[in-house]
Amino acid sequence: MSLRSYVIARVLLTIPMIMVLLTFVFLVVRVLPGDPASLHFEKRVSPEMLLDFKRRLGLDKPLIVQYFEYLVGLLRGDFGKSMQDFSPVSQQIFSAFPATLELAICSTIIMVLVGVVLGVQASRSYNSARDHSIRVFGIASYAIPVFFLGEVLIMIFAIYIHLFPAGDRIYPGMAPTGLTIGGLHWSSGLFVLDSILEGNPTKLAVSLRYLCLPSLALGTVLCGIFIRLTRGNMLETLQLDFVAAARARGLKERTVVYGYALRNAFLPILTMMGLQFAALLAGAVLTETTFSWPGLGRYLVDRISFRDYTAIQGVVVFFGILVAMVSLAVDIIYAYLDPRIRF
Amino acid sequence: MPVLDIESLVVEYRTLRANVKAVDRVSLSMEKGHTLGLVGESGCGKSTLGLSTVRLVPPPGKIASGHIVLGETDIINCSDEEIRKVRGKRVGYIFQDPMTSLNPVKRIGAHFVEMIHTHEPEVSKQDALKRGKDVLERLGILPERIDDFPHQFSGGMRQRVMIGLALALGPDLLIADEPTTSLDVIVEAQIVELLKELKESLKLTLILITHNIGIVAETADRVAVMYAGRIAELGETGDLFEKPMHPYTQALLNSVPNITKKGQVLSWIPGAPPDLAEPPPGCLYHPRCPHAFDRCKKEEPLLTKRNGSQVACHLYDKR
Amino acid sequence: MVQLLPQLSNLRQRGLAGWAILIGAAIVAAMAIMTVVSPWISPYNPIAINVGPILSPPSAQFSLGTNHLGQDMLSRVFSGGAIMFQVAVLSVIVCLVVGVPIGLFASYLGGYTDKVASLVMDSIYAFPGLVLAIAIAAMLGPGVVNMALSIAVVYVPSYFRIIRSQVLTIKELPYVEAASIMGAKSRTILFRYILPNVIPSIVAVATINFADAVLTSAGLTFVGLGLPVSTPDWGWDLTYGRRLLPSGAWWVIAFPGLMVVLLALGFTMMGEGLSELFNPRLQK
Repeated sequence: MSLRSYVIARVLLTIPMIMVLLTFVFLVVRVLPGDPASLHFEKRVSPEMLLDFKRRLGLDKPLIVQYFEYLVGLLRGDFGKSMQDFSPVSQQIFSAFPATLELAICSTIIMVLVGVVLGVQASRSYNSARDHSIRVFGIASYAIPVFFLGEVLIMIFAIYIHLFPAGDRIYPGMAPTGLTIGGLHWSSGLFVLDSILEGNPTKLAVSLRYLCLPSLALGTVLCGIFIRLTRGNMLETLQLDFVAAARARGLKERTVVYGYALRNAFLPILTMMGLQFAALLAGAVLTETTFSWPGLGRYLVDRISFRDYTAIQGVVVFFGILVAMVSLAVDIIYAYLDPRIRF
Repeated sequence: MPVLDIESLVVEYRTLRANVKAVDRVSLSMEKGHTLGLVGESGCGKSTLGLSTVRLVPPPGKIASGHIVLGETDIINCSDEEIRKVRGKRVGYIFQDPMTSLNPVKRIGAHFVEMIHTHEPEVSKQDALKRGKDVLERLGILPERIDDFPHQFSGGMRQRVMIGLALALGPDLLIADEPTTSLDVIVEAQIVELLKELKESLKLTLILITHNIGIVAETADRVAVMYAGRIAELGETGDLFEKPMHPYTQALLNSVPNITKKGQVLSWIPGAPPDLAEPPPGCLYHPRCPHAFDRCKKEEPLLTKRNGSQVACHLYDKR
Repeated sequence: MVQLLPQLSNLRQRGLAGWAILIGAAIVAAMAIMTVVSPWISPYNPIAINVGPILSPPSAQFSLGTNHLGQDMLSRVFSGGAIMFQVAVLSVIVCLVVGVPIGLFASYLGGYTDKVASLVMDSIYAFPGLVLAIAIAAMLGPGVVNMALSIAVVYVPSYFRIIRSQVLTIKELPYVEAASIMGAKSRTILFRYILPNVIPSIVAVATINFADAVLTSAGLTFVGLGLPVSTPDWGWDLTYGRRLLPSGAWWVIAFPGLMVVLLALGFTMMGEGLSELFNPRLQK
């Protein structure tokens, strides 16, 4: 199968999946509780106020109509209106998203780096004490709730030793402004990138400092699967003939381990990164809350306490579409990279 | 001075159950231009012997004692760096399965460049590729295919590529471990022809490890028969095939069907190779040997010289 | 079941996997027993406030200290697992009751049923679990049952996938074909041939389900979708203990947190060991 037909098939598969997801979320938020509007009001509310409220949010129409308006709205990028102030949820989503993205990227780096390095170490000293302790670490790290680990890190590194900040994303006033050419401004929302674009090393340092603990917490909790994947892959690959053949050709051990064996583990690791993205987002929700990190996760949790069900729906839908897109991208990149599919 | 000199080599596999001697006090010596056929059943230790010449015995295997000297290098005691330099440059190794011996995500050219670069870093990438192409051509492969990936070659061609890689740096010694076992009969014949031709033109010193006595007959000057980690018989090819001395050698030769002999009954060797974790006392072959007598069950036979060959059997050891 | 027992009986010979199961099971059992006997072993009533000074560190009288309401942490730790166990068990039961039949029938019947079921299940499976659980729990409201349902919905696809892959393989095996040729009813084939072979995998998934349920229920409590305050719960202590950290009261969050980790670890070890046992990876 050529690359193009694979991509087309894969994209076509994504569409029904997203549809199922959207429908599911709709059913959960609009149908399950019966009436999300009345649920929103803790105290008694007059029927006129309730009706007016529903009308402003489009919740008074028949379910089928609501469903179609919901779908059409999404196509236009409309994620609904907040129950709190009727402002478009998409606004909040897109302003909070970069923070979550930055956290996700940094956590992924740590997750993969720690996982792969430990996995390689474990595979090279098969069945030794080091191997076993790394494996135990891999399993144990997943059992730790990420917010617990976050709190522990805060306790140690922010309160006892004042090495890192205990929360938030940046010191007030230190937010990088991004690229400025002439009078034109552009910022990505990713502080690390923006401070580089701005050419401000101080802001870069500060941004990184704030990023450290949250991404460490999230990355550590999810690295276990990478340890296991890398270790397993390496153990298999290191026993394979072409590794022995490579050694027999006199190649340096480091070349053999990293260049040969690990290269072959690379593709499965890439796939796993894609699969872990969903877990990463879920973990981000808890991590952001723990570290008061102003991202989508914290926004979601925030909305829960306000019983803002329409906003919750919007965020959840966004998450779903995001995961579907990332998954699609990873699959396509994988197909592109694997020479067995390409040729 | 011999190219390779192995003396009383013992290679053990240390497992939880027991220490298994995969290679037990084997001595061999290879002169330049010579071809040795190393035959035996699966598990007799011939592959382990081959791997130990470049110190690639996989764990839990370990070289326990003995000497291996390649030219002037002490293989067993030299440093990691020195043995790395030996591999590929002074000893070329061909593995059994060409399907899995090449890195699937690397082009053939990259395999050559990498290897040449490791041993001769001053060679430029172009020159390395050129050398690779020359080698491929010599082996009957179109030089343009140097840019292809392993999976684009057939089994036989992949084996040629492996032979090419093994020979690219002009090694003193070539070891071929079951080079044709995973190939079909016709391709096998081609590879054997190729090896014979290379042997002639390059004056190769070759150790051919196989369980297929047929190819050994065609290519080797001398044959060593291994059983359960020890050498049972060692002699000139002609002598060994015409007048095999060790009962095991005789049984091996008898079990090969001969198309010309009419009415031949297919024979086999009863029993199974010994469990090396708990080896039988005396001669390791005696449980399966039709000529076994009392001494065989108690005393281990040592290699003795007879008629220009060596054999480890009490039948010939009148002491 | 027939296949399960011989594999379980030589657990000690199974090396690492066997140990993992034994240790994991021991941990889980110990904590379950601790929770059950907590009324008898707790020195104080876990909900009673002001049994001791507020926020006092671990001491002779209060081995694990007290929290901001003067409640004894040791007693709270003893009884705090109850909610988690209930939620976990309930979610597994729901998953079994819902997920197993769907998995069996959809994959056995094949065709449209299978395609539709797979589509729905894969979509849910791909979604970030906690986020979906949050959405469902938010709409359903607080309570043990609701938490369990949210977790169950998120987890059913895992059961479905495992069962489906098993059923598809077993369906093609010669002895199953033979049975259908001999005229066995579909129902018989499904329940007497296929189901027994699928059970080991179900057990493995269920154990990991327990572990995830523990962590997810902690997560749900953390974002405020847990239970009303009165019941002692590790998740609740973890959540509230946060606010007490800056004042240096680490013991409120530490011990319940450790308990959660231990319980999740116990289930995970069992799950890993069982998976290894039933699908042994070939080792040299």
